[in-house]
Amino acid sequence: MFPKRFIDFPDWNVGNPFLDFERMRREMNRLSEGFRSGLPSFSNAGVFPLTNVSEDINNYYVRAELPGMNTEDIEISATDSSLSISGQRIIPREGDNVRYHRREREAGKFSRMISLPGSVDTDKVEASFMDGILTIVLPKSEAMKPKQIEVK
Amino acid sequence: MEDRDIQVKEKKEVDAQGELTREGPFFVPNVDIFEDDDNIVLIADMPGVGKDNIDIRIEDGHLRILGKVSKEAPGDYVLSEYSIGDYHSNFVLSTIIDQTGVQASMKNGVLRIVLPKSDKSKPRKIAIKSN
Repeated sequence: MFPKRFIDFPDWNVGNPFLDFERMRREMNRLSEGFRSGLPSFSNAGVFPLTNVSEDINNYYVRAELPGMNTEDIEISATDSSLSISGQRIIPREGDNVRYHRREREAGKFSRMISLPGSVDTDKVEASFMDGILTIVLPKSEAMKPKQIEVK
Repeated sequence: MEDRDIQVKEKKEVDAQGELTREGPFFVPNVDIFEDDDNIVLIADMPGVGKDNIDIRIEDGHLRILGKVSKEAPGDYVLSEYSIGDYHSNFVLSTIIDQTGVQASMKNGVLRIVLPKSDKSKPRKIAIKSN
C-alpha cells in the first residue's frame, strides 16, 4: 500500500560506518572548539528561533531560520545591548477533508531575547527576510568600534 | 494549537548518497504530508533555499528533493546555535501518482509539492446493494 510506504521510507542511509565516523568527528570538533573559545557553540538557549550571531568591524549580524513566515508576523525590537524577536508562525489549515501522514512542521508563538556582546546604534538597525531566513544587521555604536591610532 | 509556543528543534542531520555529496552536513527538512481525494501534498521547511536552488526529481519511483543553501555568513561567528547545510530528502512513490501532473512551488523557504493521484487510485464510494 502506498501511504504506508510513504510514511516509512525516509532515506536514512543506514550502515555507512565511514560517514558516521565523519559525523562523529565533526561533532567532537564542534565540542572542543566551543570549550576553547568559551562560546556556547554546541548548545543552544532552548528558545525558538535558534540564532546565529556574527560580527565584523562595523556590525553585528543576527540570523534566524523562520521558514514560511511573513514579515508582518515578525516583530523585532532592539535596545542598546539586546535584541528581541517575537512573532507567531501560522500554518494555514488545509481543508477539512485532508488526512495527515506526517506532521512535523510546527505552528505557534515565539519570543526571544538575545543579549548582544556590545552596544549598538539602535536607529540604524535593519532587518531583511529572504527565503525564510531573517537577517538583522546591527551597526555597532561608535564607541565600540576599534580606533586605528596613527604613529607620527 | 496555534496558541502554544514553538519548541526548539535541532535540525536532523543525514548522510546524502554518494552522487549528491557536497561538502558539509546535510539535513532532512521537517515535512507535512497529507492527502485528500485527488492529491497527495508534501510541504517541506527548507529555510535558505531559493526557488532556483532546488532540485526535485522523480526517478525509479522515488521523489528526491535536494535544496542547496548558501553557506556564506557575514563576519566571524560570536554564537552559533544552528548549522547550515543543504537539505536532502527521499521518498518512495508508487504508481498511483500521476507523475506528469506534479507541481511544485517555493515561498519563503517552504516547498510545496502537489502530487496528483492517478484515476485508478482515487477512492471510490462503494454502494451496497441490497437484494
